[in-house]
Amino acid sequence: MELTRYILRRMVLSAFVVLGVTFLVFIVAQVVPSDPAALYAGPRPTAEQIEKARQELNLDAPLIQRFAGFAKAMGTGDFGVSYKSRRLIAEDLRAYLPATLELAVFSTGLALLIGIPLGVLAAARQGKWPDRLGSFGSIAAVAMPTFFLAMILQLVFAQWLGILPLSGRLSREISVTAPLSMMTGFNLIDALLAGRLDAFGDALKHLILPALTLASYPAGVAMRLTRSAMIEILERRHVTAARALGLSEPRILFGHALPNAMGPALTVIGLSFAYALTGAVLVEIIFAWPGLGRYVSEAILAKDFPVIAAVTMVVTICYVVMNLLIDIAQALVDPRVALS
Amino acid sequence: MTRLVQRLGWPGTIALVVILLLVLVAVLAPWVAPYPQQGVGVPNVAAKLSSPSAQYWLGTDHLGRDMLSRIIYGTRISLTNGVLIVAFSLLIGLPVGLAAGYFGGWIDEALMRGTDVFLAFPALLLAVLMAAALGPGFLNSIIAVSVTWWPWYARLARSEVLVLRNQPYVEAARLAGVSHGRIIIRHILPATGRPLTVQAALDVGPALLTAAALSFLGLGVLPPTADWGQMVDAGRKFFPARWWYSATPGLTIFIVALAFSVLGDALRERKGGTARASA
Amino acid sequence: MPLLNIRNLSVAIPTPDGDVHAVRSVSLEIERGEIHGVIGESGCGKTMTGMAALGLVPKGARIAADRFHFDGEDLRENAARLRGRRIGMISQDPAAALNPVLSIARQMDDVLRAHRDMPRQARHSEAVELLAATGLPDPERVLKSYAHQLSGGMQQRVVIAQALATGADFLIADEPTTALDVSVGAQVLALLRKLVAERGLTVLMITHDMDVIAEACDRATVLYAGLSVETGPVHDVLQRPGHPYARALLAALPDAAPHGAKLEAIEGSIPPPRSQIDGCAFAPRCPQAMPVCALQAPPERTLAAHRWLCHLPEGSA
Repeated sequence: MELTRYILRRMVLSAFVVLGVTFLVFIVAQVVPSDPAALYAGPRPTAEQIEKARQELNLDAPLIQRFAGFAKAMGTGDFGVSYKSRRLIAEDLRAYLPATLELAVFSTGLALLIGIPLGVLAAARQGKWPDRLGSFGSIAAVAMPTFFLAMILQLVFAQWLGILPLSGRLSREISVTAPLSMMTGFNLIDALLAGRLDAFGDALKHLILPALTLASYPAGVAMRLTRSAMIEILERRHVTAARALGLSEPRILFGHALPNAMGPALTVIGLSFAYALTGAVLVEIIFAWPGLGRYVSEAILAKDFPVIAAVTMVVTICYVVMNLLIDIAQALVDPRVALS
Repeated sequence: MTRLVQRLGWPGTIALVVILLLVLVAVLAPWVAPYPQQGVGVPNVAAKLSSPSAQYWLGTDHLGRDMLSRIIYGTRISLTNGVLIVAFSLLIGLPVGLAAGYFGGWIDEALMRGTDVFLAFPALLLAVLMAAALGPGFLNSIIAVSVTWWPWYARLARSEVLVLRNQPYVEAARLAGVSHGRIIIRHILPATGRPLTVQAALDVGPALLTAAALSFLGLGVLPPTADWGQMVDAGRKFFPARWWYSATPGLTIFIVALAFSVLGDALRERKGGTARASA
Repeated sequence: MPLLNIRNLSVAIPTPDGDVHAVRSVSLEIERGEIHGVIGESGCGKTMTGMAALGLVPKGARIAADRFHFDGEDLRENAARLRGRRIGMISQDPAAALNPVLSIARQMDDVLRAHRDMPRQARHSEAVELLAATGLPDPERVLKSYAHQLSGGMQQRVVIAQALATGADFLIADEPTTALDVSVGAQVLALLRKLVAERGLTVLMITHDMDVIAEACDRATVLYAGLSVETGPVHDVLQRPGHPYARALLAALPDAAPHGAKLEAIEGSIPPPRSQIDGCAFAPRCPQAMPVCALQAPPERTLAAHRWLCHLPEGSA
């Protein structure tokens, strides 16, 4: 009951946030730039072309009316046409969004898989060398510029060791010779659905470096949050009680203390996902990953505002939904959350 | 000195020294840089893309300019970036947080829900959107990052004020009929200011990292002004054959961000702070 | 032979300002099947004595004893193995002793899995049985709950059921009723008495409350400043306390004072835990202190099974 009310409240708040986000994107994309009509009309427009564009874009209407139109379009998934390519943005998104989501989900998983066990280990060996090494590693991971880390990983794993591909999402042998039919847009899943183990392995290999780049910062944060949460939890009475009940130390660490640290872990999922979505802008350029990040960075250079606005909207909504899910999960994991 | 080491520990002290050195280098750039002209941007095509040598310690870029001088001049941009982003963000965030926390009620509700909208964006993405709308350039990129940064200070200031608001001396001032504005400026601002200033000083690191990401995307300072992020990007075309072009500015960004991070850690050790997202 | 046999136990915890003598010299003999009360003010070392028997002293603490045996095994070497197998703990605050984010079912099952080799289904019915044995009316529902959904009394019953689940035959109960309402506390004490009678358990009951001693214990030991100063059958300790501190504790009890009379509080405070003690630890607060009390450690006085440390001759109180 408390839980249902809590979830409903979170959902209403999220809806308000999405409305606010839409408004902000509208302002930044349609009001701040000097003259959208000139951009829309193409290079070296004549006065007539600009006037025609003004009418097409409905730029002379009152602001509130324009916003209503914009919000309605966004709500129905009608993102308009790219100024530059004149293609339907919605169609482009359908191709690029899964690529970015695949990267984001994979790197989030990687961040948790690396960060949480290291945090538990550091807490269990507090003050000893695994703790010190881990703590320094996490600080370094947080301070590392994403784009620089990407280049180092490329240099080491692709150029020197040659064990992972330099860039791209699939090898030419797969994408050209025997392409995957697009079902979900997630290559890993599509490959499995088609029973193509070769494509699956190839897609996985291409995922590792960009995902690792995006995972380093959240993994560092995950480690630090897990460590401090675990240190606090390990001093609680119920841990002493569990010891007095004769439970084994690994069981206490992972079975009893870690579930209490799920709050921070879930926080990290949100953070990591957000980081992956935005870091994608940098990482996708470097790894030639055909996703939203590369799409938007090209749009930035071309001042293609409908594309920029659409990507910002879609990514932000992904992020808001993700945060909503995390809040709900947090309430499910720790029933006390819903009460406060 | 020994007392400093005692308080910050060795890593923290080294980090502080690195940061102070950096400030010094930024101020004295024309005198420390081996080739001040090239640092400012004058090409030297004859020596283009030379590898590190006694003459050019960190090699040269595609226009033959000395990397070391470029990096030294880049210090100025990076530090002012970091400092201005934090300052602008404080300028917006502090009043919002103070008002929300002090007045409470619908003012608090309205201001904080507005803040939530800004926090709903993945930070770098909003900065990119802003920077794209404003166009590239030094001030524009700073404004773009500040827009994503201030909500944190608004939240921080608000939570500090919530504690202070019910302190007896604030209560007393209110009962004595002192005006709201005066109470805020006299009693609340000084007490919130301190923790916020410490936080802000430490945020210069992450702020500069975000600004570097923007300029890597071509949304920062325009060439020929030297800027680390933009240099890493320019060097990508020659990577890894001419590794020094991208690697030296990249490493510099890393070291500077690391120094701020380590110093922050040393200061927080006994306060128990929280981590935060940035690019 | 006593089940728990402790002779001159001391626990010292090193700190930057010198050692804290949490336990200075405690002797305890606990017989099978009894509930043995250990009573004293906070800081007297009663909890640390229990923790030492569980092998859960703070890191770096030094344990010394002439004898520190449980059922013939030296606790200095075997505490970690015996803990949770033969020695169980019931802690002061049941709300804190239960994991807030795991269901009771999961917590019961974890204990059973660690100690009993049985299939999942059997573990479940065992858990139900154990919860029922502690007097919980609807065990199935309790298993599905989380700690915060249970009342304090129910939580303490779950904690007791967990201790039983380990198969331990010796329970260390650290102030098991302090966090509970008086009536609920009385029920928990009655439950412990019942379990002792039915299952042949032995209980070390740590408390600061003479009422608990009177209500539930067979024998009692009085601790003062990390020293065991008096021990004997509850009847003797309550009716004819030998040590002036025990007398003062009894006098401080509301029931002992005639209605309307002023409650007699003990003046002064316990010696600081870092200091060395010469003579009798209670001498500075003792209304009957003599010059010798400050200089020499008091001798042991014996009256059948009742023993105490005091310079005063027997019967002089």
